[in-house]
This record gives sequence, C-alpha cells and structure tokens, in this order.
Amino acid sequence: MRLSPSERVFQTVIYVLLALLSFVTLYPFWNSLVISFNLGSDTSLGGVTFWPRSFTLQNYEVVLRDGRIAQAFLVSVARTAAGTALSIMATAIFSYGMSKAELIGRKYYMIFCIVTLYFSGGLIPYFLLIHDLGMMNTFWVLIVPGMISIWNMIIFRTFFKEMPAGLEESARIDGCGYFSTFVRIVLPLSGPVIASLSLFVAVNLWNDWFSATLFINNPKLVPIQSLLQEIMNANTVTEQLRSQGGSNFLDKIFQARTVTTKSLTMATMMVATIPIIAVYPFVQRHFVKGVLVGSLKG
Amino acid sequence: MYRKWLSQYQLLLMSIPFMALLILFTYVPLWGWIMAFQDYSLSKGIAGSPFSGFSHFADLFRDDRFYLVLRNTMVMSGLSLVADFVGAIALALLLNEVRARFFKRTVQTITYIPHFVSWVVMANIVLGSLSPDGGIVNDVLMKLGFIDEPILFMSKGSWFWAIHTMAGFWKELGWSTIIYLAVIAGLNHDLYEAADVDGAGRFQKMWHISIPGLMPTAMLLLILATGNLINTGYESQFLLGNGLNIDYSQVLDLYALDYSFSIGDYSYGVAISVFKSAISILLVVSVNMAARRFGDFKAF
Repeated sequence: MRLSPSERVFQTVIYVLLALLSFVTLYPFWNSLVISFNLGSDTSLGGVTFWPRSFTLQNYEVVLRDGRIAQAFLVSVARTAAGTALSIMATAIFSYGMSKAELIGRKYYMIFCIVTLYFSGGLIPYFLLIHDLGMMNTFWVLIVPGMISIWNMIIFRTFFKEMPAGLEESARIDGCGYFSTFVRIVLPLSGPVIASLSLFVAVNLWNDWFSATLFINNPKLVPIQSLLQEIMNANTVTEQLRSQGGSNFLDKIFQARTVTTKSLTMATMMVATIPIIAVYPFVQRHFVKGVLVGSLKG
Repeated sequence: MYRKWLSQYQLLLMSIPFMALLILFTYVPLWGWIMAFQDYSLSKGIAGSPFSGFSHFADLFRDDRFYLVLRNTMVMSGLSLVADFVGAIALALLLNEVRARFFKRTVQTITYIPHFVSWVVMANIVLGSLSPDGGIVNDVLMKLGFIDEPILFMSKGSWFWAIHTMAGFWKELGWSTIIYLAVIAGLNHDLYEAADVDGAGRFQKMWHISIPGLMPTAMLLLILATGNLINTGYESQFLLGNGLNIDYSQVLDLYALDYSFSIGDYSYGVAISVFKSAISILLVVSVNMAARRFGDFKAF
C-alpha cells in the first residue's frame, strides 16, 4: 500500500513516540542492571549509563553469600510456589461450586463475595485478627489470608459457565459426581485460564512486602521484597552486611571499598525482580484473555 | 428439600469451606469496628474496654490533620485515575496505528514489564532517578541548562503528588491498554473500510470510529474506578513518602496505622477505617446508580 506524504509523517511520529516510550520504560531497569554489574567504587564516580564501565560479579557474590538475602529469596520462592498452588486450587474448586445455578444459597454467597471487593474491616482489626489466630510470625500468614481471591473466582466462574454444558452432562450420565466431573472434565480444559491466573497470583505473592512488614519479625521468615524494603529504608546495606560479621570474604571486600551501598542495593533489586520478569513472556499469550474477562464481566 | 441437599452435598462441600475462609478473613475483622466506639486498650481487649460512644468520630471531625490526609487520599487517587485513563486510551490508539506487528508486540511487551515489578523496586528506582546527587533526572535537566542546581524532589512536599502520579502512570500504563486494544480489535472492520472508501484519513478514522467505539468500555471502567476512589492503595505512598513531604504523602490508611501503632490509640485508628468504609459504600452505591442510568449495566 502506497503511503501519502502526510501518512508517512504520521507513521514516523507514532514510531518515534512509541520508541521513546519504550526507552523511558526500559532504561531505569537496564541502568539498574548495569550498575549491579559495575564495580561499586567506579559507579560512584558517576556516568555509568548503558554499559558497565568496569565489569564485576562482586556485587552478586556479596549478595548471594549473605545469609539473610539467600534466606529471604528462599522464603519468597517457597511462598510463591506454595501460595500460588494453594490459591489456584482453592479458588478453582470454590468457583466451580459457585458456577452451578442449582447450588443452594448461591445468590447469598455471591453477595457476600462482592461486598468484600468494596470494603474491609481496615488494617487494625485485621492485624488483631491475625494476632488472635496465632498466625503472627508463621509462614501461613504469608499464604493463607489471600488464598481466596474474589476477582479470580469471578474469572474462573465465567470460564466454567462458558464451557459447553453437554460435556459435563455426559459425564454426569456416566455416573460422575460433581467433584469427579470437575477433576476429570473441567480442569483439563481450563489450561489457559489457570495459566494466566497463576501468573497474576504468583506476581502478587512475589511482590507483596507489606503483609510481612506487619506480621513477620522473625528474620528467617522475611521475604525478599520486605528485606529489600528494609534495606532501602535503612539504606545501610553496608553496615547490615558487615554486622553479619564472621566472614573474611566480606571483610576483604569492604577493605577494598569497591562495593558500595548503591551497587549492593541494585544487585539485591535484580535478585528480587528477575525471577518474575523471566516467567512472564511465557504466559503472555494467555493473560490477555484473563484480563479481559476479569475487567468486564464482573 | 432433604433430597436436594443430598444430591448436591459435593457441590456444597466444594463451596462452603472456602466461603468460611473468606468470611474469617474479611467479615470477622468487622467485629473490630466496635473498637471505634470504645476506649480500647490492648490489655483489656474488646470485651473489657469501656464504651465511649461517638467521641472518636467527634474528635475525627475536629482533627485538622484528618482533613489534610483525606485531601491527599482523594487528590492522589483522582490524579492517578485521570492519568491512567487518558494515557491508556492514547497509547492504545497509537499502538493500533502501528503496521509492523513485530514493533507493536515489542512495545507491548516492554510497557507491560513495570506492572510485574514490585512497588519496592519501583520506589527504589524512582528515588534513585530523582536523587539530587547523581540522579538521572537532575543530571539531564542540568545538562540541558534548565536548572543550575539539582532540585530536591523528595524533600519538597509540593512535588509529591506529581511524582506519585508519574510513578503509578509509568507502572500501569502499558497494562491498562490491554483492554482498550482488545475493544479496538473487536470493532467492526466494515466501518473502517467504508471510511476508506469515503476518503477518510487516519485521524478522521480515529476520531469518528475508534474513539466512539472505545467510549462505552471507557466510561464503564471510569465509573467503576470512581467507586474505588477512596480505596486506592497506600503502598506507593508509604514507600515514596518521607518526613519532609508527609503533609502531602500521608493517606488515610497510613494515618490510621500511624495512630494505632506509633501513638497506641487503636480506637482512633479504627474510627478512620470505619469512616473510610462508609465513604466507600456511599461511592459504590451512587456510582452503581449512575452506571444503571448510563446504560443497561449493573456493576454487581
């Protein structure tokens, strides 16, 4: 198709604008990545932008050898894996029940669910509830309270309702109960919706730092994002790592003064970000549908 | 009746336990609202604390700081709402004009990324970029000659709303286009072809077909978002705020938290939460009525 001159100008403007937007979006991450691979002492001279000036793995060595950061990373991994599996399973089962018109009292359950989307008891009563349940400083507080997500329930429910009714009916005629119909017929056909919702749940669990800030003060149970927030807040990464003490390796590095607060924070940040970014392109083609169902059919 | 229960015992087993879990974590805390009408103390608990009627609410409405914090909450969610709304539609329209599929997909993939990054990391990046010592924003502004001295972005409260809005905009812009792109893709192609035949240019097609096509969805989302105006988060304000800009950065939830945990006045903190929920219900109900009038639609 031939383009008229004005069309060509228009197209060029759009491409330039979008390229600029992509650049502005990506640059801060790229720059953080570069700094995490650059010698700390060199970074503090300024001017490190697109490429490491003096490449080093030192920052990562320090971060990965630090017991607290490694522990926090493991807590986050365990929380995300267990929490996602639990939440998706529970929400799927719940939604299947809620997708059946014959369920006794369904209308009332639904009202109960929707109301929670718009208001809550507030942070303090919630805090006291967790406290009274004895969930403070337990791993469970990181995965159980958010297990049932109403948005995800609505998405699942819409998906289940759209399934051809004949499939389930034939299974029922063959003697399957509700539960085995769900496990044998419905679940195997729900791959895409499970994939996209798992991604959303995993992202939320991985990125959540606030609940741990409120409910966890056992250093062994702090997830990586909360630890990063602590580090950022205190901005004393150097002191914190030093106070871990004991390690000759660390002492040597700090004497050499090539690792700085900034370079270590950047490396920690990358450790906290890369896992989730690495997963998302693989699920990208699924999640568009998830977003659409969730935002319109509520 | 009995037979009906029996025939669906599996179905009930599949829903009731989870319903109970939901009620435990969302409705049971409502019990704590009683604290707002008591002089609550941790040692006595809800059962033992003396009642004080509406005194905390009376205090609340006399508290100047409360109005300040309420203003911050509403202004910041309003600004984010408008920025996100306009930005997402504009970006979706631009993306729709791109012919090269690969370029379009790349831009989409890149602009989705910040959505997947935690606020902790985002705040870290924002604070780093705005830092007066070596932050990129100040560096660029100085090099271009707009300013002679670095601007202390985070220590002047008046900057906070703009910074907060931009940070949220940057984080969610790409993600919010998903729905608009899908709506545009679903518009009737005959319309565009007919417009081509009539000699319409790109701008005319955008103005007369794409934008009107987007409007129903856009209005719906806008109305729903208005219902949640007071419910927007506190994470970003918590992370970006500091002692110097607290008059602009503190929002209702953080104020409640602060009152309860730093000062120890739990009842006052809960009174703030109760007030917030009351406003939220009011907003949702009125918005739902507006939505019904607006079209054949119920928010719930």
